[in-house]
Amino acid sequence: MSAMWLEVTTAMKARTMVRHFRESFKSIGRNSWMTFASVSAVTVTLLLVGVFVLIMMNLNKVADDLENDVEMKVFISLGAEEEIVQNLESQISDMPGVESTDFSTKEEELTDLVLDLGEEFRLFEQSNPLFDVFYVKAVDPQQTEKVATDIAALENIQKVEYGEGKIQKLFDFLNAGRNVGLVLILALLFTAMFLISNTIRITIVARRREIEIMKLVGATNWFVRIPFILEGMWLGILGSIVPIGLVALLYSKVTEFAQPRLTGELFQLLEFTPFIYQVSALILMMGVFIGIWGSFMSIRKFLRV
Amino acid sequence: MIQMKNVYKKYPNGIVALNGLNVEIEQGEFIYIVGPSGAGKSTFIKMMYREERPSSGQMFVDDIDIATLKNRKVPMLRRQIGVVFQDFKLLTKLNVYENVAFALEVIEEKPADIKKRVMEVLDLVGLKHKAKMFPTELSGGEQQRVSIARSIVNMPKVMIADEPTGNLDPETAWDIMNLFERINKAGTTVIMATHNQQIVNTRRHRVIAIEGGLIVRDVAGGDYGYEG
Repeated sequence: MSAMWLEVTTAMKARTMVRHFRESFKSIGRNSWMTFASVSAVTVTLLLVGVFVLIMMNLNKVADDLENDVEMKVFISLGAEEEIVQNLESQISDMPGVESTDFSTKEEELTDLVLDLGEEFRLFEQSNPLFDVFYVKAVDPQQTEKVATDIAALENIQKVEYGEGKIQKLFDFLNAGRNVGLVLILALLFTAMFLISNTIRITIVARRREIEIMKLVGATNWFVRIPFILEGMWLGILGSIVPIGLVALLYSKVTEFAQPRLTGELFQLLEFTPFIYQVSALILMMGVFIGIWGSFMSIRKFLRV
Repeated sequence: MIQMKNVYKKYPNGIVALNGLNVEIEQGEFIYIVGPSGAGKSTFIKMMYREERPSSGQMFVDDIDIATLKNRKVPMLRRQIGVVFQDFKLLTKLNVYENVAFALEVIEEKPADIKKRVMEVLDLVGLKHKAKMFPTELSGGEQQRVSIARSIVNMPKVMIADEPTGNLDPETAWDIMNLFERINKAGTTVIMATHNQQIVNTRRHRVIAIEGGLIVRDVAGGDYGYEG
């Protein structure tokens, strides 16, 4: 019968949320210099993140476009019977990792050669020095090298050719770029979070007495925390506005410049929309995330509620 | 309503503040806590609203074991207990009304109820006419009355006061005592730590003397017992 009080639950009320919002706005205005410092840090960080994402996503796109063009040319040994060729074709098609196999006779090859290099090559029609070939594509272009080795190991295969090295170099470059960029961005994210957490700490110190009284009269822990979390979130959101604007502007200029020059090429840049919406959403989310995380770090340390 | 069984408290710096203390307090009592400085009075008081947690032993409020109460539940305990301090702990940026209302706002009471209840307690402490004034415009006694109003506005079962008259002149201290007795008459348990010999000897209530982390004397209607 006693101790009914222990069972009281406190669902957050709408009125309370309005209060929390008001409090968080007030304190952004009160610590204007710290607000400015942490918003600037978030701005710089997110701007770099945004540009990095633009570059990496487009490099990926270019690599994808180029990758889809990666083809192996499999030379069939001279004098292989038709039966053997058919056998080989099904063997290669059945290999794991092989997407498609196209057979081309040495006559067809010569026609292509003549088309590419000129009529003089018709001379070879009397004694065709070319091979019958398969054009093979790997399901995953990164696996091209492995598939090529497997095919080369088959009988009646003269050799396998593909853009050895070049493709691998592109992938290596992309991966390295990604890693360097990620480390850089992580370092920046931490700096921004640290600054936000400092700003929040100042708010907490400034409101020490208020917090003490809140706790004394029985405010719930979340009631005490939420205004600080909101404040951190605002800092993150404020810091993401400029980067979103600049990244969108930059990318619109880039696509405007590049699109007409790339028509008909093997690779294209990502379309302005919806790509720029995705990047903006990502920047905003990162802003919110570092804001909230930064305030959590302060709250944990300075607000044992 | 409040029981302590073998409560032992050792601070991280090695100081033993309570050394196996036992006590039982009934609902509606008026109790003075007396004893020399550093005897464990403050720790004893802080245990009641779970500012400090016993290192060992059991402590019950309303049959709930405070020693093992989850942190999440502490706010619920504090809503049953009003606390008053020597230094009032008022918010200088808020006026009298807002200071008292603050206690109800942060526990999410309905605005209409808040207004009604705050005006009632301001009337009780005699400060209704100064509701719009700020703490700095008030005398020490008036500030303490605001803090008392704040502590009882939520109608707690227990009121705890740590040296409530310590910063006040004797005349004002009596006013505050009158107020405490009125609050006690209304059914609220009052626990008051004090060094004020005159008050303890004049307004006779149960006196608990703490020395060296133990209760050395517990007398109903007792006197202060120390040299003033």
